[in-house]
Amino acid sequence: MFELFTYDFMINALVASLLASIAFGVVGSFIVVKRISFISGGISHTAYGGIGLGYLLGFNPIYGAIGFSVLAASIIAYLRKEKNQFEDTLIGIMWSLGMALGVLFVNLAPGYAPSLMSYLFGNILIIPTNEIYLMALLDFVIVALIATFFNQFQAITFDEEFARAIGLKVDLFFYLLFIIIALTTVILIKLVGIILVIALLTIPGAISLHYVKSLKGMMILSTIIGLFFNISGLIISYYLNLSSGATIIIIAVISYLISLGIVKIKNYNSKAVLNN
Amino acid sequence: MINAISIKELNVVLGDFLVLQDINLQIEEKEFLGIIGPNGGGKTTLLKALLGLIRPIKGEIKIFDEPLQVNRKFIGYVPQFSNFEKDYPISVYDVVKLGTIGNKENRESIDINSVLAKVEMLEFKDRLIGQLSGGQKQRVLIARALASNPKILLLDEPTASVDTKSGKTFYELLRVLNDEITIVLVSHDMGVLSQYVKKIACLNKTLAYHDSKEITHEMLESTYHCPVDLIAHGVPHRVLGEYKLH
Repeated sequence: MFELFTYDFMINALVASLLASIAFGVVGSFIVVKRISFISGGISHTAYGGIGLGYLLGFNPIYGAIGFSVLAASIIAYLRKEKNQFEDTLIGIMWSLGMALGVLFVNLAPGYAPSLMSYLFGNILIIPTNEIYLMALLDFVIVALIATFFNQFQAITFDEEFARAIGLKVDLFFYLLFIIIALTTVILIKLVGIILVIALLTIPGAISLHYVKSLKGMMILSTIIGLFFNISGLIISYYLNLSSGATIIIIAVISYLISLGIVKIKNYNSKAVLNN
Repeated sequence: MINAISIKELNVVLGDFLVLQDINLQIEEKEFLGIIGPNGGGKTTLLKALLGLIRPIKGEIKIFDEPLQVNRKFIGYVPQFSNFEKDYPISVYDVVKLGTIGNKENRESIDINSVLAKVEMLEFKDRLIGQLSGGQKQRVLIARALASNPKILLLDEPTASVDTKSGKTFYELLRVLNDEITIVLVSHDMGVLSQYVKKIACLNKTLAYHDSKEITHEMLESTYHCPVDLIAHGVPHRVLGEYKLH
């Protein structure tokens, strides 16, 4: 098996897995505890518009994805700040609009777009080295921001109202959090694709929540779990010639169900002890 | 004597509704005021105005004779405990510590353990917040408010019913805190409230307050807009009976 990792593309895939695991372990923990996976889905799917635009205008689609997802994050932050009653609906509309624009931009572009499937469903085996550097940079920015403002992020995600009452700039920090989610999404797109990003942002967090006693612990455990999904998915998809993104997600979902089962059995047993 | 809180001609509009109309209220230092009123009567809105979270269209609020913006730091807030994320992986100790992050001085000087001891929750400091009973959560939220070293404590609908452990009851705890801190508590549960507070006001858009603990028929009827049974069984200031809205 180890001869697998002598190929350059495999080394890149491994490094990408590690970088992505850190980003979604850290950011995904906030998404799970604050229950904002719909918002995160809106941000990540809107990114497809930017990918189409990049393809149409001939620049690297990943920069288009950054632009569109950051724009989506800004719009959502604004809707939240203004307490828009239809925030939910509007995010849904933006989500579809982003995807539709992406498809249209690709239609308008001359020729055939063979690589776009990899943005939708990911392909960890074709990540070029320059994008590894971009991922590393985004990773650094994300982790540095969250480490710097950890207390503030914890305060606004735990109890928004109280954070406001003690004078924290809650709207500003939510905006920053949404931008961070946008950047994380971009890191993940190449790995599992836009369609599957949301699973990797939520499943490691959802599993680790059963076993941890602190947010920091949750971030670390989520990162380890995510890395396990990525690497096992990578190896299985390589040998069985399957789509890497889909394989990673299937492993994640199966792991989640197993973990849920273990927790249910544990709870059942502890209740049985109490009753006897 | 300086008033801890002084509200003059306060009017608050939310959406298209005038929620608070011409509220005037002076609260002395170390007062323990209960504000009762029906749901939707503006109780939470009044607290939010006091916290500076809602901008009134008219009127002014002073805290220890200074504008709210200057002295907001003296106010500690205990929200309804249903507002935070129940499954959040955070220990009791860390929840209380969050109370200090608004103020750098407190972050360095406040001893979280002694604050937890004050509300009799020190033994639970490593527990997850989600594993506590309702009454225990309430105490932790009070400790979190105390961690900002407040001179005034605002409490929104505290539910004391679930707290039956030995040691001080919830309201006895508030009484002890009241030796040093001014307390304002809003609730629709006047039965429990009236035994512990020093003074009572009734709020339903307008405020009925006579600087005392007496609740008159007129105050209640004007607040709840329906007849209310008010029976004083010789027990001082004990208010009994049904006060359902419908």
